[in-house]
Amino acid sequence: MIKIMLLTALSLFGVAIAIALYRIIKGPSIPDRVIALDMIGVNLIAVIAVISIALKTKAFLEVILVIGILSFISTIAFSKFIERGVIIERKRNE
Amino acid sequence: MNVSEMSEFITVLLILIGSIISVISAIGIIRFPDVYTRSHAATKSSTLAVLLTLIGAFLYFLFTESLVNIRLILGIVFVFITSPVAGHLIIRAAYRSRVKLADSTIEDELKDVLHPKE
Repeated sequence: MIKIMLLTALSLFGVAIAIALYRIIKGPSIPDRVIALDMIGVNLIAVIAVISIALKTKAFLEVILVIGILSFISTIAFSKFIERGVIIERKRNE
Repeated sequence: MNVSEMSEFITVLLILIGSIISVISAIGIIRFPDVYTRSHAATKSSTLAVLLTLIGAFLYFLFTESLVNIRLILGIVFVFITSPVAGHLIIRAAYRSRVKLADSTIEDELKDVLHPKE
């Protein structure tokens, strides 16, 4: 019973990631694609939690933190690049 | 069904509800007409989905192995803080780089402040 429910949850997360991938391929503007990438990162965190329950191990739980931090930093870097054209600015006064 | 099977069933039910909410948010991301409404679907409901799933995993490890996993708590707090901030930043960048609103938009109050000439 629990195994079947975990597999159903995994396949539903897979469906969500596939739909977000469709938005990345087709999206008319660049912010659409960045939002869909951020959503894929957030769904991957949930997939890792479900897999670590299904395999009955707690060795993968650091990966949740690492993927969360990397997804946040990449989204912020993309938004700064779209808004200003550079990611790391130089000093204004000489 | 004894108590431990009951508690495992409740945690897995939380995870299943989280995955259903994630699919609903993915349907929102293909059905809505422009970037702003899409981010409304993507940011809020997938944050709720991942929070439900992580709380389910935390309760599962708490019930079965009686283990308080501090990394899962840190992950829950981190996702809860940073995901709306990321959505806000990318939508602000989209508005400033003049991505068009949908055709059914009635009023745009920010246009007079940010792009006054057009």
